[in-house]
Amino acid sequence: MQTFAFDTAHLLAGGLVLVSFTLLYQDRMYGLINTFALHAFVLSLSVAWQAYTRHEPHLFVPAAIALVLKAIVIPLALRRMVVQLGIHRSIEIIGGVGPTMLAGIGLVALSMIVMLRATAAADPLAREDLAFALSVVLLGMLMMVTRRNAVSQVIGFMSLENGLILAAAGASGMPLVVEISVAFSVLIAFIVIGIFLFRIRERFDSVDVHALDQFRGEQI
Amino acid sequence: MLTVAALVGVAVLLGVGVFGVIASRMEEASRLVYGCSLVVCLALLAVAAAGLTAGGGTEINLPLGLPLVGAHFRIDPLSAFFLAVVDLGGAAASLYALGYGEHEATPWRVLPFFPAFLAGMNLTVLAADAFSFLLAWEFMSLSSWALVNTRHQDAENTRAGYIYLVMASFGTLSLLLAFGLLAGPTGGYAFQVIREATHPAWMPGLVLVLALVGAGSKAGLVPLHVWLPLAHPAAPSHVSALMSGVMTKVAVYGFIRIVFDLLGPPAWWWSILVLVLAGVTAVMGVLYALMQHDLKRLLAYHTVENIGIIFIGLGLSLAFRAHGMAAAAALALTAGLFHVFNHSLFKSLLFFGAGAVQTATGERDMEHLGGLIHRMPQTAFAFLVGCVAISALPPLNGFVSEWLTFQAILLSPQLPSWVLKFIVPVVGALLALSASLAAACFVKAFGVTFLGRARTPAAERASETDPWSRATMFGFAGLCFLAGILPGFVIDGIGPATQQLVGEPMPVQAGTPWLSIVPVAASRSSYNGLLVFVFIAVSALFAARFIHRFGSHALRRGPPWDCGFPDPSPATQYTASSFAQPIRRVFGPAAFRARERLDMPPPGDMRPARLSIELTDRAWHGIYAPVTHAVETTALKLNRFQFLTIRQYLSVVFVALVGLLVVVAIWQ
Repeated sequence: MQTFAFDTAHLLAGGLVLVSFTLLYQDRMYGLINTFALHAFVLSLSVAWQAYTRHEPHLFVPAAIALVLKAIVIPLALRRMVVQLGIHRSIEIIGGVGPTMLAGIGLVALSMIVMLRATAAADPLAREDLAFALSVVLLGMLMMVTRRNAVSQVIGFMSLENGLILAAAGASGMPLVVEISVAFSVLIAFIVIGIFLFRIRERFDSVDVHALDQFRGEQI
Repeated sequence: MLTVAALVGVAVLLGVGVFGVIASRMEEASRLVYGCSLVVCLALLAVAAAGLTAGGGTEINLPLGLPLVGAHFRIDPLSAFFLAVVDLGGAAASLYALGYGEHEATPWRVLPFFPAFLAGMNLTVLAADAFSFLLAWEFMSLSSWALVNTRHQDAENTRAGYIYLVMASFGTLSLLLAFGLLAGPTGGYAFQVIREATHPAWMPGLVLVLALVGAGSKAGLVPLHVWLPLAHPAAPSHVSALMSGVMTKVAVYGFIRIVFDLLGPPAWWWSILVLVLAGVTAVMGVLYALMQHDLKRLLAYHTVENIGIIFIGLGLSLAFRAHGMAAAAALALTAGLFHVFNHSLFKSLLFFGAGAVQTATGERDMEHLGGLIHRMPQTAFAFLVGCVAISALPPLNGFVSEWLTFQAILLSPQLPSWVLKFIVPVVGALLALSASLAAACFVKAFGVTFLGRARTPAAERASETDPWSRATMFGFAGLCFLAGILPGFVIDGIGPATQQLVGEPMPVQAGTPWLSIVPVAASRSSYNGLLVFVFIAVSALFAARFIHRFGSHALRRGPPWDCGFPDPSPATQYTASSFAQPIRRVFGPAAFRARERLDMPPPGDMRPARLSIELTDRAWHGIYAPVTHAVETTALKLNRFQFLTIRQYLSVVFVALVGLLVVVAIWQ
């Protein structure tokens, strides 16, 4: 049972990293939103599995929040927004897919090296979890950096938050309050960024953040 | 009990400051604020006197400030002495301002900050933990900065305030680091905890340097003095008196508190650093002062010189203490503290006089003054007493403290260290040089301002200043005189403080016959201010009687010597810069890269010839200008970061994070 629990947790966390990679090469808007829903679903599975195997029922709460909000509500809302705003359906990736994927692989390797060395004394489940979580965070940041479109930046940010939740769930003993606040912070970020998107659109008829930079009168 | 009384006084001062904010546009606000400050300062002076005689009060801990540390306050003999200096100066400035403050054009810029400044200085002296000390120190700096900016319409004053602010922050940063090192990783910020802690061997030296930079930048040690001659004259005169006469002393207090009290036994090389800096400060300060023709700036540069003299005393005391010569250390420390007291007296007096001159004529430039002794005879007399005292002439107080410093220097051959044996006499020579140059400087300051004939109509129309100001000046002149002829009582008053710091006071002077002072042994040297005064008075009287007996009684007025030109214009008089010229020619090229430029028109050309003098502050060009330049260039380069796109900002964060992770990965 112990090894089965461990392997499954490993599988789910690894799956999250894999979905992060698939997020990186999505070049269509709907595909991106669907993949993000999958990302959140795998996260909720992973957290629920942790709750089940470690007998910490309070962890089911963040799992449920992740499932309902991030896998269902937010993707639907984003879809509506894309339709309503008539956002361009293709996404431009800066630097191309290949180099971005290579950079992502490098980041995962880096987080493995750092985390596995730094947490040599910790329990193996938490170690693996933390290493994967850091990879997800870094991949989320990479996505935010390599996209020019505001919607994909929002999704990058939320996948980064997913990584944080994974880390919070993996470190046992973290109080429920923290987990809930992490989950809610995502929602708040979503609302804030959503409003931000509408505002950009009102002003510039585009959600390309490039427009903002031009508005500030800068040399690009 | 004493500590509580002192803190109540500080609280009242802060309250007066708040009242100053509310009521500053009222008719009587100025009188009320200065009157209250005067009363509170006198009360605090009484507390300080009680503290000196009682040997200090208990420590109290207020539940303010840092959690778990609180705010500790305590009066011990050292802080009682400095409390006395602060509040004597504060009381005098308040009394003076009762009259002087009436002339203030914008009283609402001064009234709230004046009591706050006094409160800050008092609190700094009372603090008994590092946090409260730094807080009070910074409060003192900021309130005095606000006072420097009183006349902000003048761009030069704003610049002075800006430089002051930068230097004050830099000094506080150094002190912060010093206290951080002293408190160590356990964070024991209370002075009592710091005293009992043991420090690693490398640390005290570093703390000494930091304290020297931190307190020295506030006190005006060369090369950290650059802000002082700009900021002190920019404030209204009673505030200049406080800044020059009192705030620099609070800085000296900070240095003494850290180095003598908290840091434990000194290493032998500390004194060398202090002595060399102090000697350079004394000479450079007075040389700069000689070159000035702005009266208040001259006085401010003179503060730099006197800080050098005080630090010579402190450095000698460190040297003696490092070699276990407690009696000599007590003598040197007493000399330094005595000079602290003296300088607070005569520098405040001189700034009061300069303020009176400025109110009467609207001029600070000595080249536009002259002949004021006829118009303002009482101010002139008080100013003269201040000049004699600061020039260290007997029988006034300046002589006593410098004589004591020399006595300590004369004990230096007993030091075992060869380096010190060589350095101390050199410092003694520098001290002698600065004392004589100071005398020249004040002959110039008094002579050009008060003697001769008026150079401008403004000086011609001057009238004597108000009674409050005169009372203050005469009071301080009287104190200078008393401290000069009865120095034994002052030395005995300083006794508890030296006892606390070097473990031994100077021998008690009160019982010496004829009120002499005997620093080491009667066979070695002694000084009696009273006898010197009686001798001077009697011989002068006799000489006057004698001359009048054999000469004529008639008062004659003759034409002054006019260099062979029978021109009645007062502009032909000896000027301040012509007075300084010989000294400038000797020291100028080395000290300030002085350059004289003569613009002589060719024959036939009718335009006037011109002689212009260029002086550059070496410290400014050697140290500050490159630093400013570097900061400006870096800021310009970094300015690009202000205008990145959102994605670029994210990339910067991302790259920084990845870089740090790589560092962690490699480091392990």
